[in-house]
Amino acid sequence: MIIVNFLESFGRYLMMLGKTFSRPEKTSMYYKETMRQMNDIGVGSLVIVVLIAFFIGAVTAVQFAYQLDGTLVPVYYIGYIVRDSTIIELAPTITCLVLAGKVGSNMAAEIGGMRQKEHIDAMEIMGVNTVSYLIMPRMIGALVVIPMLVAIAAFVSVIGGYIAAVPTGYMSSEEYVQGVRSFFDSNNVFMMFVKAVTFAFLLTSISCFQGYYVKGGSIELGKASTNAVVFSDILILIADYVIAIVLT
Amino acid sequence: MIRTENLHKSFGDNEVLKGISTEFYPGKTNLIIGRSGAGKTVLLKCLVGLMHPTSGAIFYDDTQFSKLNRRQVKEMRKQVGMLFQGSALFDSLTVEENVRFPLDMFTNMTRKEKQNKVNQTLERVELEGVNDLFPSETSGGMQKRVGIARAIVMNPKFLFCDEPNSGLDPKTAILIDKLILSITHEHKMTTVINTHDMNSVMEIGDNIVLLHKGKLAWRGNKAEVLNSDNMILQNFIFASPFLQRLRKNTIENQQ
Repeated sequence: MIIVNFLESFGRYLMMLGKTFSRPEKTSMYYKETMRQMNDIGVGSLVIVVLIAFFIGAVTAVQFAYQLDGTLVPVYYIGYIVRDSTIIELAPTITCLVLAGKVGSNMAAEIGGMRQKEHIDAMEIMGVNTVSYLIMPRMIGALVVIPMLVAIAAFVSVIGGYIAAVPTGYMSSEEYVQGVRSFFDSNNVFMMFVKAVTFAFLLTSISCFQGYYVKGGSIELGKASTNAVVFSDILILIADYVIAIVLT
Repeated sequence: MIRTENLHKSFGDNEVLKGISTEFYPGKTNLIIGRSGAGKTVLLKCLVGLMHPTSGAIFYDDTQFSKLNRRQVKEMRKQVGMLFQGSALFDSLTVEENVRFPLDMFTNMTRKEKQNKVNQTLERVELEGVNDLFPSETSGGMQKRVGIARAIVMNPKFLFCDEPNSGLDPKTAILIDKLILSITHEHKMTTVINTHDMNSVMEIGDNIVLLHKGKLAWRGNKAEVLNSDNMILQNFIFASPFLQRLRKNTIENQQ
């Protein structure tokens, strides 16, 4: 039964994706909605992303300074470790896990609320392709903005590492900068953007799917919102593992 | 005209519509009435295409709805307007933006043309000066009127109303009924209203379809309601002792 339900949901999810990328009725309306979504996702999440990224960088620097203290590993390695761990893993993964909670649950609740208040039915009767109109702008918005947020998060993490490590006396400014500039591999940045785009797609499509097909009342809407976060998080972690295997 | 032929709709083992064959006429207010659970909403949702019948056919004029492809359905829907029970106005848009939404989405009218059309339509439903209000800032009756304005702004041939009077006080309910009636006659639309409001039945019932346990139990008009000896109709319309006495007195006065 579980397998049948899974296959049914997966089939519906694929059909939803097929309908999402169909020709818009009016490009200007879709453009306007996409801009609104970009603003909501990007500007709306900037503060939390910056805050989390800053502390991730700071904690990474402090932890590694503690671990490497008294070893033969050069101290400037801390800058290198902070840079690569945030670029490869922490910035894309943690940012997208946070965004799954913030943006994903919001999308599921917003679309689910529209379903319950018959807004989606109203649009359907007008002749609007509701899957496309409600999901495509969100997906495009997320695919454009989330990689930007991830890049900002990586940058802020490195700054966070600096502020945690240098003024507190773990190392000098020159040492940290030397570490940040050492052993740079541009493939890691490529991997960061691959992860960001993949996670953005997953969290948006899963959240919209959960909201669009919600049935029942407020309890079901709450469940859909929770499922959006849980399933997005699980799939982000699985995708993270797969990308790590494929790209390293 | 809208016509249904032997319409069935089931949800698993539960058959909600059991072979409905009926007609809804242009220029008339066609009412679907019946007790809760009789299948009114399911019939209405089948008519507008939000649900697919298990079997049977629905004809819009001479076109069979279920035989249309996706593009044709989309075209057909431009001729359809619907007023929802809860009005279904988009919360994040103002009254004006709500009414303008179909114009923005489906027409190439200029900004000024759209503005004029929206103002005309809002005037038609007796709502002026509320363009910039959000739905949450308006009363239930106003929301219904905005819903009607949005439904008719594209000049549809077919208008569907799902319980247009629910949640309204009797006076506002009568105003909404009169508005729907006058718009229907003015534009010669085929209007289908799902209701269990008895005032509506007696005031605007040009063509009434009574559903009972998923079957068509009676068809007629408001004038025929009083004199019909159909027990299902009488038990439904004149459910209270007060209304039964009223009916008796009215018939005695007629004689």
